[in-house]
Amino acid sequence: MAKVAGDDAVKAETASILAGYPADRSELINILWELQDRFHHIPKAAIPLAAQKMGISQVDVMETITFYHFFTTAHTGEYTVYLNNSITSRMAGFQKIRDAFEKEAGCSFGETDKDGRIGLFETSCIGMCDQEPSALINGMPFGSLTPFSVERLVKGMREGKSVLELMGVGQDLSSDPHKLARFIAPPNIRRKGPVLLGVGYNMGESIRSALKHKPGEIIDLIKNSNLRGMGGAGFPTALKWQFCASAKGDEKYIVCNADEGEPGTFKDRVLLTEWPARVFEGMAAAAYAVGARQGYLYLRAEYRYLTPHLQRTLDELRKENLLGNSILGKSGFDFDISIRLGAGAYVCGEESALLESLEGKRGEPRNRPPFPVVVGFRGKPTVVNNVETFSLVAQIIKYGGTWFNTLGTAKSVGTKILSVSGDCGRPGVYEVEWGRKVEDLLKMFDAGNAKALQIGGPSGKTISARETARKVCFEDLATGGSMIVFGQERSMPDVAQNFIDFFAEESCGACVPCRAGNPILSDLLKTIREGRGLPEHIDQMVEWANMIKASSRCGLGQSSPNSILTSIEKFKDEYMDRIKKERGALIYDFDIKAAMKESCEVTGRTPSSH
Amino acid sequence: MRKKIVATTSLAGCFGCHMSILDIDLRLVDLIELVEFNRSPITDIKKISKRCDIGLIEGGICNDENYHVLKEFRENCEVLVSVGECAIMGGLPALRNNIPIRECFEEAYRNVPTSKSGGGIIPNDDELPIILDRVYPCHELVKIDYFLPGCPPRADLIWETLLALVTSGAELPYELVKYD
Repeated sequence: MAKVAGDDAVKAETASILAGYPADRSELINILWELQDRFHHIPKAAIPLAAQKMGISQVDVMETITFYHFFTTAHTGEYTVYLNNSITSRMAGFQKIRDAFEKEAGCSFGETDKDGRIGLFETSCIGMCDQEPSALINGMPFGSLTPFSVERLVKGMREGKSVLELMGVGQDLSSDPHKLARFIAPPNIRRKGPVLLGVGYNMGESIRSALKHKPGEIIDLIKNSNLRGMGGAGFPTALKWQFCASAKGDEKYIVCNADEGEPGTFKDRVLLTEWPARVFEGMAAAAYAVGARQGYLYLRAEYRYLTPHLQRTLDELRKENLLGNSILGKSGFDFDISIRLGAGAYVCGEESALLESLEGKRGEPRNRPPFPVVVGFRGKPTVVNNVETFSLVAQIIKYGGTWFNTLGTAKSVGTKILSVSGDCGRPGVYEVEWGRKVEDLLKMFDAGNAKALQIGGPSGKTISARETARKVCFEDLATGGSMIVFGQERSMPDVAQNFIDFFAEESCGACVPCRAGNPILSDLLKTIREGRGLPEHIDQMVEWANMIKASSRCGLGQSSPNSILTSIEKFKDEYMDRIKKERGALIYDFDIKAAMKESCEVTGRTPSSH
Repeated sequence: MRKKIVATTSLAGCFGCHMSILDIDLRLVDLIELVEFNRSPITDIKKISKRCDIGLIEGGICNDENYHVLKEFRENCEVLVSVGECAIMGGLPALRNNIPIRECFEEAYRNVPTSKSGGGIIPNDDELPIILDRVYPCHELVKIDYFLPGCPPRADLIWETLLALVTSGAELPYELVKYD
């Protein structure tokens, strides 16, 4: 059994952890992370102390703990392994790695080994799709795993090595957070573009340019650039800022959404590794434009390893007076940024759920309207934009909107960073102008054997690789950046199953269509894939999918059936191939012998007599 | 006009739905004018003896015998109706679906307070139906035409539904099928 700290020890340590925080519920998730890291679970004895400190009830603390995937009430092992089970990992040999971990650690997934040293668990995409299969070990991503490397890792864990030692990090690296971040997850930039990936960056240029303008002029500048949000929905950025600027509120907030949980997306990882200061400058410009004094970077738990690098960047910005009070001597322009962590919940990428999470609560989406620009963080007007959007803002302010406007298509200006993974020769990050044809992209990715392309991740669309003339832009194929390539040998129903199971798992459960509907879709698909389906089941899936889309409360349920719908539309043959019965069959296939097997084993009977 | 033939059965249910059928009270007398009962606990006919128009299923499928009965009904009834929560979703019996069967048996037959500690056996006589890995709702195994929700469905709902099916095509009043 694991050595679990006694109640008194837990209380003493919890008290010292809590002493480092203000009595502010929005710090709760950061505190819970410290507890989880220290004890490898959240001990019961710690909960009353945390509740008392925050001035909330124990149940409030519990409901936050139980919402997030990475917070546990049971011990997860001194080394906690979270193996990515998303589709890109599966295509790269997830099963072999899973088996290797089980064999080496001597325990199954979902539990710890007998001395509580190693715990094995699954998780969804950790933002390493260009280097799968990957796993988080005590929060640190390990990419390109092989059965051989798993053997070495487990051996290292038994020897008590630190996670950095397991990774092979030397002294020289661990002293430089930027180099270390690059070493942990290589940026893998495959194509440099004219706006973000291929230009130089000098700290402070954007803020200096911004301060030459009045706040209102900044919004006009962004408006003239026609910039749209890069998270996927494409809402005009200037409009969002304008709403926030004109909303009444004694305080306003700027929030950067760095919760890129959409499987297949990892561009924000690269932007935060290579140019974090540019993101913060974009946030500062937004703060200047709308009159905010405080900003938050909401960082997904999977990118927690970037925190030292980001903190150091913030310190540098403060040292240069690019953050803090009277920025660059401009009196009245005070702005600072704090980092807040997520804890493993896809739905927190939805802006109102993100705000709930930022307040230390369960990440359940709010009813909208009112929108966050009016009632946001702590009920105050708040701008929430994506990492890429803030990076673009910084560039537009520096180089002007007109230049930006000349790139892309009529309704999608500028460039887009694509995260490319799956069956292609060159997975990684690409900056392309909006409006690129699918044909060009497949060539660019070295995806000659492609059958299908998933645009915008599981919540986006599945298209056939034969649709070569389609374009990636808001007018045709909108995307938040995820591009997963599927080769000829992949089964599209299997892919769709992975996607829908992901949503069934990640639904926050607040509204029925999403909570109950996604598992129903998953069950129907499973029936078909197992060869027990009827042609009617496909019709039923389409009916359910449309119902879920139409009646769910937030973007998760409104888009979760997209991949099933488009996959059925483009690859119906593959679904029909799995179906053996004619339409209208009255008695479905059912393996009664298999269903009796377990109880026969227990009672020592044979199913043959029945 | 030929009387419609009705068959009913209770699978993994508690007979509550059948009690609700009896709850149509005096209308039973009217019903007998309209339909003839074949296999049913009401007639105690053990096997369906001729083609039926309407089959009412109470309960889900928890053992192999339930499955054979369900198939018999599907093969011999024009219209099959899932009556009540258990038939539609598995109901209370389906609470065991996430518990390994061995644990269920141990708890029910050996560790239960009324059993001598460590004594007792898990019943294994060949005459007994064999428990399935989980409790299935009827529509997962055969095509079900109509669903009557409720635990049990109200007598009025059962009566109106039978009436509609017998007189073919009559619509159920909105008040009857509105549940909130």
